[in-house]
Amino acid sequence: MLDRMKRIPYHVVLAPILAVLLAMVVGSGFILTVGESPFAAYRVLLQESFGSMRGFATTLQRATPLMFTGLAVAFAFRAGLFNIGAEGQLYIGAFAAAWVGFTFTNLPKFIHLPFAILASMVGGAIWAAVSGLLKAKFGIHEVINSIMMNYIAYFLTDWLVTGPFQGSTMIPETKRVAASATLSRLMPPTRLTTALYVALLAAAIVYFIMWRTKLGYEIRAVGLNPTAAEYGGISVARITVAAMAISGALAGLAGMEQILGLNNRFIQRFSPDLGFMGVAVALLGKNHPVGIVLAAVLFGALQTGAAAMDRLTSVPRELITILQGVIIFFIAAEYLFSRFLKVKGEA
Amino acid sequence: MATVLEMKGITKQFPGVLANDNISLDVEEGEIHALVGENGSGKSTLMSILYGIYRADAGEIYVRGKKVEITEPRDAINLKIGMVFQHFMLVEPLTVAENIVLGSELRRGPFLDYDQAVREVERLSESYGLKIDPHAKIQDISVGLQQRVEILKALYRGAEILILDEPTAVLTPQEVDDLIEVMRNLRAKGTSIIFITHKIREVLAISDRVTVLRRGKKVGTKPTSETNAQDLAEMMVGREVLLEVKKDKAEPGEEVLQIRNLVVKDRRGALKVNGASLAVRRGEILGIAGVEGNGQTELVEAIAGLIRPESGQILLNDRDITQWSPLRIKQAGLGYVPEDRHRRGLILDYTVAENLILGLHTEAPYKRRFGLQDFRATKDNAAKLVEAFDIRPPFPHQPARKLSGGNQQKVVVAREFDRNPDLLICAQPTRGVDIGAIEFIHRQVVAQRDRGAAVLLVSAELDEILSLSDRIAVMYNGKIVAVMPVEEADEHKLGFLMLGGRLEDYQAGGGNSVAG
Repeated sequence: MLDRMKRIPYHVVLAPILAVLLAMVVGSGFILTVGESPFAAYRVLLQESFGSMRGFATTLQRATPLMFTGLAVAFAFRAGLFNIGAEGQLYIGAFAAAWVGFTFTNLPKFIHLPFAILASMVGGAIWAAVSGLLKAKFGIHEVINSIMMNYIAYFLTDWLVTGPFQGSTMIPETKRVAASATLSRLMPPTRLTTALYVALLAAAIVYFIMWRTKLGYEIRAVGLNPTAAEYGGISVARITVAAMAISGALAGLAGMEQILGLNNRFIQRFSPDLGFMGVAVALLGKNHPVGIVLAAVLFGALQTGAAAMDRLTSVPRELITILQGVIIFFIAAEYLFSRFLKVKGEA
Repeated sequence: MATVLEMKGITKQFPGVLANDNISLDVEEGEIHALVGENGSGKSTLMSILYGIYRADAGEIYVRGKKVEITEPRDAINLKIGMVFQHFMLVEPLTVAENIVLGSELRRGPFLDYDQAVREVERLSESYGLKIDPHAKIQDISVGLQQRVEILKALYRGAEILILDEPTAVLTPQEVDDLIEVMRNLRAKGTSIIFITHKIREVLAISDRVTVLRRGKKVGTKPTSETNAQDLAEMMVGREVLLEVKKDKAEPGEEVLQIRNLVVKDRRGALKVNGASLAVRRGEILGIAGVEGNGQTELVEAIAGLIRPESGQILLNDRDITQWSPLRIKQAGLGYVPEDRHRRGLILDYTVAENLILGLHTEAPYKRRFGLQDFRATKDNAAKLVEAFDIRPPFPHQPARKLSGGNQQKVVVAREFDRNPDLLICAQPTRGVDIGAIEFIHRQVVAQRDRGAAVLLVSAELDEILSLSDRIAVMYNGKIVAVMPVEEADEHKLGFLMLGGRLEDYQAGGGNSVAG
């Protein structure tokens, strides 16, 4: 363990921190143009998201689904796959959790809740496995096919909540899930739930699978060098499907959190692009479970602080979107930068 | 003779490596100056400094007696220095003439004056004795001719000092002969050539003087006439080396590998192996000679299960493995050193220890119950193999990427040889590997044979084929066109067959013309 830590090059840790700091500098420019003090604005932001237990709980609540989608994107990425379909997998997982939640209403909580959680994983996994199969069997690039799968997921769930599973009202949403399938709140009145524990457990499991099992060895091998993996007797097709399925299960969990922890029902198109934000989280977290948890907390904090900043200063909440974009820009630039250094350094 | 180039006290530090340590070199007019050394000895760095790709940290360069600053290739070209790289920089769909004038085109108004370009190329090719068709497209001509285009490109830009970076690495023996002829012509015209190589035979065959580098330092410069192969090898390696492979006569047993009428297409669907048949016996080394691209790669990958053959049969220990998965074939007794260690043989970002279990990771002791990986077993295996195969530096936790080519290859060899396979395929086992490691790998291959393995050796180096093999098969155009005991083979005969000549013609005509 220790020598594994020692082998992490410092730039892996330093670069994301630097990206965030640089983004804040750029953000300062925007804050100045609206005539506010950047220090004051950032202080409000930090105060709101970390300054009180209540604010911190909200930060963690907002971070939770991003941990799941971040882990989902990173897991596929380790296998060399760019799962841009996390959003669709999230919807399918969410619907599966909701369906179990409102259908099996007379189960005890200790069965009903795990059942609903499991359903979300299976739903997401199946949806992603289709993308994996299309890639493995027919060579259809996963970026293209998972984008398509996203649209199928949107319209499929649109139909489900406006047709067969629409609740009693005219609103496009399902019935409420039974109380036995909802996640317990950790700190009312905040909406932070035990989903946070599930997310942290998921991060630990991802780490374990990736670096402690044969499957992880094979997944990383395929991601780093598929031709050598094939030579080493690893079935690239099988790993592609397996990695996508696990990735999809993680994305499904994000949907589960939204249903069983937050909305308690499936609302049409409820997700504020959580699946796509997962790409940013994975990027900032360097595709490592620990980094992803931290990156998700940062993004959660930005969103929590945004409202307060909007309310208490004249800085609009859209600044947060700019900050997120700029962070990603610097992370991407760092990739270019390190590649450039490498080319120059090699004889 | 006048000195045209002097490099004095060139020093270049890369992060962690002193690539050039106070190196001096002088080249005379009309001289072929060989620059030799193992991989990582600093030859390429030194020449990259001369050509303006890197800047030296210290040192001076004088061209025709004048001190110069070379900060980019354009400076070098203006000083009439030309360089031909190992990897050609040609535009494949364009013609020879278009490629040669590219970047300094002759114009007529806004248009390329193609006819003038062709005349220029014809004039150059005549005056230097470099025959070429100016209208041929690069993609249609052989590697040897492509190299000739690169040389013409440098001459067209006025090069009087020509740097050739390992020019023979990509050529067949006949093409090497042609290149040597070309180099002689250039020398006669007064061109100075710096010839980078690690093949001692070529140094002795053509150069006037030779400079040897080792680990970034200059070992010495000698007139070629005052040195010999053994002397040069020792200068390069820094210790005594055995250039000859010592081995007893083979005692072959039963056939371990049988290939019958194998037909294999590559991934693009091109027919690469076209009805090849072959057998390798226990306790012998069968070498396959052939110009690269004649189906050797596909033949070997089909045996290893990495490509599905179209038809035909592959038998390993009398079992039909034609449709088996790579893993199953491996477990049935195949050891396989692939030709491209970066693409196939290693996962460069995996540690040495992780690489040493690639392909074995599905079995005990590396896999425990519930699909867990056993770190202790992985570590113990690495410690054992790093020691036994002298992998340096001896740190199993280092990524394979950080190792030199020779040591990377030792990782592959260690993994594949240590399992004592029944059939051992070695494809280009010493490509890009330095002399010390070549010696080691050759000894290991012979040891595997003596243990009773059937060894199939594929190599583009005829020296290697001739010195290791007990029998030699020649592959041409997807077929095995001849098989002979090593005693009946020599370089010219093999070269003749490799280019499509027929054995009967060789025996009749002494191998002067190539049919077909």
